[in-house]
Amino acid sequence: MASQYTRGIAGIWLDEAGILKAARKTREAGFQKFDAISGYPIHGMEEACGIKRSWIPYVTFVAALVGLTGGLALTWWTSAVNWAVNVGGKPFFSLPAFVPIMFELTILFAALCSVGALFVACRIPRMDPPIIDPDLSSHKFAIFIPHDDVGYDEARIEKMFKDLGATEIKRTEY
Amino acid sequence: MMKRNPLVLGNKTLKDVSDDICAPVETFPGKGWVGLFLGAKTLLLFYICILASVVGVGIGLLGVNSPVFWGTMIVTFVFWIGIGHAGTLISAVLFLFRQKWRTSVARTAEAMTVFAVMTAGLFPLLHTGRPWLDYWLFPYPNQRGPLWVNFRSPLLWDVFAVSTYATVSMVFWYIGLVPDFATIKDRAKNKIRRSVYGALSLGWRGTAKNWSHYEMVYLILAGLSTPLVLSVHTIVSFDFAVSNLPGWHTTIFPPYFVAGAIFSGFAMVVTLMTLVRIGFPEFKNYVTLDHMEVMNKIIMTTGMLVGYAYASEFFIAWYSGNPFERFVFVNRAFGPYGWSYWVMVTCNVLIPQVFWFRKMRRSIPVMFVVSIFVNIGMWFERFVITVTSLHRDFLPSSWGMYAWSWFDTGVLVGSFGMFLTLFLLYLRLFPAISIAEVKPVLNVGYDDKGGHH
Repeated sequence: MASQYTRGIAGIWLDEAGILKAARKTREAGFQKFDAISGYPIHGMEEACGIKRSWIPYVTFVAALVGLTGGLALTWWTSAVNWAVNVGGKPFFSLPAFVPIMFELTILFAALCSVGALFVACRIPRMDPPIIDPDLSSHKFAIFIPHDDVGYDEARIEKMFKDLGATEIKRTEY
Repeated sequence: MMKRNPLVLGNKTLKDVSDDICAPVETFPGKGWVGLFLGAKTLLLFYICILASVVGVGIGLLGVNSPVFWGTMIVTFVFWIGIGHAGTLISAVLFLFRQKWRTSVARTAEAMTVFAVMTAGLFPLLHTGRPWLDYWLFPYPNQRGPLWVNFRSPLLWDVFAVSTYATVSMVFWYIGLVPDFATIKDRAKNKIRRSVYGALSLGWRGTAKNWSHYEMVYLILAGLSTPLVLSVHTIVSFDFAVSNLPGWHTTIFPPYFVAGAIFSGFAMVVTLMTLVRIGFPEFKNYVTLDHMEVMNKIIMTTGMLVGYAYASEFFIAWYSGNPFERFVFVNRAFGPYGWSYWVMVTCNVLIPQVFWFRKMRRSIPVMFVVSIFVNIGMWFERFVITVTSLHRDFLPSSWGMYAWSWFDTGVLVGSFGMFLTLFLLYLRLFPAISIAEVKPVLNVGYDDKGGHH
C-alpha cells in the first residue's frame, strides 16, 4: 500500500502563528499541493492555504431531498396503495400524519450522507497512514510539500522553511 | 467591551491539554473509580435479571393493568429520552450559537446523550410484552400479504424519531472523537492501545483540507441535530397529546415536553460533571465554576418554563369549560396521587429557585443536591402525566390505582446501573473532553496571550 503515499519534505513549527505565516508564504512561493497539518482546526488556515469551501453541503442538500421524497413515497405507497386500510376513518393518504416520518428520514439521510461524504473527502478510513511526527496531533504543526509539486527543489524548500522559523525539517513520506 | 473569564484555567499550553485529557485513558484507574464501577456493574447485573424475569414471565410482573396500561416502562422511557436532550443541546444548539464554553462539556454531555438514549430505547421494546417480535415495528417487505405498519400512529412516529435520534447523535459524537482518537494513538506507548485507537481514529491525519471538510460536516450535523432534538421530544409528547384522554390531549405538550427534557438533561449534566470534577481533579481547569454556573442558569430558566407549563395546564383546564378536563387537573393535585404532583412541583419549580443567588449557583454541593432533586422531580413529572391521567378517566366505573410492584422499582433503579456502567467505562476509555475543540479556545479571556473570538 506504500504506493498511495508520496515522498516529500516537511517542516515542523511549534506555534500557531508560525504555521499560519509559513502556510501563507509557501502558497505565495507557488506551491499548490502542499498541506498544513495540525491537531486542531486553525482559524484562518483555509485562506492561508487557499482551500476552497467544502463541497459537502451539496451532498447534504441532495441527500435531504432524497430522504424527504423517500419518506413521502414510503408512507404513501404503503398506506394508500399497497395496503390501504381504513384506520378510524382517516384518509388513506394522511399527509399531516406522514410529516414526522418524512422529517426524520430527511434528517437521517442528510446526516449519514454528509458523514459518508466526509469519509470520501478525507479518504478515511485507512489503515495506519505514515505520520511525520507523533506530536503533530498534539502540539506541533507541520507543512508538507510533496515531491511532485510545482517547482519542487529540496534545497530551496529547506531554506524557505528555515527562514520561516521551522524547528525541524524532515525528508519523509506522507 | 466586556472582559471574558478564561474558559480554561491554569495557563495551559497545547501539550498540557493533550496530557491532561489523555491522562485518564493512559493510566490505571484508582480505587474510587473501581469502587463506583463495581457498584454500577452489580446494579447492571441486577437489572439484567429483572429484565430477564419480565421477558421470561411476562409484563404481568409489573404493575400495569386496567386502567393504568402505561406504567414504569413508559414513564422511565420518557425520563431517559429527556436526559439525552441536554447533550445534543450543548453540542449542537450551543455550537450554532457560537457559545465557546460548550467545548469543555460537550463531549461528556454527548456521551450522556448516547447512553441515555440506549437506556431509554430498551423500555418501549420491552413494554410491547413480546420483545422478540419488535422488528414488526419497522416497515420491511414481508411475506404476510401486503402488511405494513400504521404510519398514522404516533407510536410509529416514535420508532422513527428515536432511532434517527440515536443514530445521528452517535454519529455526531463519534465524528467529534475521531481527531482525539488520533491524538491518543500517536501518544500510545504500547501496541494494543496503538492499534485500537488507530482503528478508531480511521487513519485521521489532520491536514488543513481535512479540517476544512471536517468543520463543515460538524456544522451540518449541528444544524441537523438542532431541529432533530426538538422533533424527538415533540413526537414523544404526541404519543400522549394525540389521544383523547383528558390530561393528555393538550396542545401545550410539545414545547412543554421539550423544555422539561432540556431541564432534566442539564440537571443530569451537572450531576455528572460535579462527579467528574471530583474524580479527575485536573479537569477542574477545563470544566470551571463558570461552566457550571452557566448550566445552572439554564436549569433555572427551563425550570420556570415547566413551572409556567404546569400553571397554564390548570388555567386551560378551567378555561376550556370541559368538566372532564377540570376534574383531571383537580384530581392530579388533590386526588390519591396528589403527593406525586407536589413532589414534582417542589423539585422542579421551587427548589431550582435557589439559583437566583450567585453564591448558590457557584456552590458545588448546592448544585449537586439541586440537580438530584430536579432529576427526581422530572421522573415524577412523567409519572404524574402518565398515571394520574389514566387512573381516573371518563367513567368512575373504570377507575383504579396503579399496582406498583417491586419489579417496577427494579426496572427503574436498574436502568441507572446500565447508564452508569456505560458512563464510567466511557470516562476511562475515551477522551472525556474534546482535545481538538478545547485548544482553539485556550486563549479566550487572556489578553496578554492575544486571545481572539
